[in-house]
Amino acid sequence: MWLTNSSIGRKVIMSVSGIALILFLTFHGCMNVVALFSAEGYNMICEMLGANWYAVAATLGLAALVALHFVYAIVLTLQNKKARGNSRYEVTDRPAKVEWASQNMFVLGVIVILGMILHLYNFWYNMMFAELVGAETMYAADGAYWISATFANPVYTVLYLVWLVALWFHLTHGFWSALQTLGWSGKIWFNRWKCIGTAYATLLILMFAAVVLCFQCRALCCGACC
Amino acid sequence: MAKNISFTVRYWKQNGPKDAGHFETKQMSNIPDDTSFLEMLDILNEELINEGKEPFTFDHDCREGICGMCSLYINGTPHGKTERGATTCQLYMRRFNDGDVITVEPWRSAAFPVIKDCMVDRSAFDKIQAAGGYTTIRTGQAQDANAILIPKADADEAMDCATCIGCGACVAACKNGSAMLFVSSKVSQFALLPQGRVEAAKRAKAMVAKMDELGFGNCTNTRACEAVCPKNETIANIARLNREFISAKLAD
Repeated sequence: MWLTNSSIGRKVIMSVSGIALILFLTFHGCMNVVALFSAEGYNMICEMLGANWYAVAATLGLAALVALHFVYAIVLTLQNKKARGNSRYEVTDRPAKVEWASQNMFVLGVIVILGMILHLYNFWYNMMFAELVGAETMYAADGAYWISATFANPVYTVLYLVWLVALWFHLTHGFWSALQTLGWSGKIWFNRWKCIGTAYATLLILMFAAVVLCFQCRALCCGACC
Repeated sequence: MAKNISFTVRYWKQNGPKDAGHFETKQMSNIPDDTSFLEMLDILNEELINEGKEPFTFDHDCREGICGMCSLYINGTPHGKTERGATTCQLYMRRFNDGDVITVEPWRSAAFPVIKDCMVDRSAFDKIQAAGGYTTIRTGQAQDANAILIPKADADEAMDCATCIGCGACVAACKNGSAMLFVSSKVSQFALLPQGRVEAAKRAKAMVAKMDELGFGNCTNTRACEAVCPKNETIANIARLNREFISAKLAD
């Protein structure tokens, strides 16, 4: 199977799974923005998703995508380490056009996964999981409550922001790299994709960061005046 | 007006692929700054021979930037920091300062085993080329000029791709030891021309298969290759190879 036994095929797997994850992030980001304006509206979305069969199926699909993306990242990294050989350069110099992110995608990816585990513990465990196991909680579909509760703690706010910065770096390279791997690039499209990718990643991360910062500010203000 | 500079050279010594290798240091004095880097190494070797020591081994041939033999990793950059896209032989000592420490290393990649010191075995590139980097046409009589019309832009692009001299700087610079810039340039130079299109799918598959078999890494689009390529090959070639390869596999 060319997708698994050729170098370009393995990169296609990374590319397609990466693009699918970017699309998921877009959905998630749009959903989060609702929380900025209306807690009720956000909870409506939470209830619509809840532990319904389609949300559970989509979650399983997502888990499979993340696993695929991560497992292939490990495989590619190990193969590339082997291809590099055993001896290392004494002196190295990174050319200006080589982005820092492009050479640290695996490390950034590990930070993203760690952040995701924290995120699942903060939200998914208390919401979909609680509903699935039938735990007695009145907050399973109250997403707005969990956002307020999580970002009342500055430690979580800082951790989430670090996570988002790592994700931003990961996406700024990942976006154009995914399209380059699929062959949809060239002397003209490379610059276009790089520009679109940076703008898209920035907008996406700002959407997530806005929710984190907004709820942290509300918690601080409320703490000061209540 | 040339001026003379003095500097320290740290050069890599290694007796074959199994040896661990080590650096040796030599102080160079009063070298005119219009000396080429390879001429400087010639002077270094003269001095080593006069001192009864083993000379430093490195690859070189035409010394005019077209053969692709030179392969030195100088101060962290393949071919050193030349004035423009050029190989080691076109690097001049005016690019260095008095008192510099110049570190000279071989291409370090699993697919390029060290033969001796900074001379590495790059026959892996020949094997990739032999796997499909040609057209199987019986030449016969010389064709009439312009029997096959080719747009100027395509001809120019194909020529740019064909200027890849296979020096291996792309592999040396790549943190993944990937040969994609070389392979994509060689695939592109044919894929862009009608004569090469006939076997384009077969060529892309065969050359990528050979590249993978020889232990080169997976490209992660860091662009280190195009940053150091002495012939200014671009990663647009890599996108083209990806296109050729993916569409060939989907058509199977």
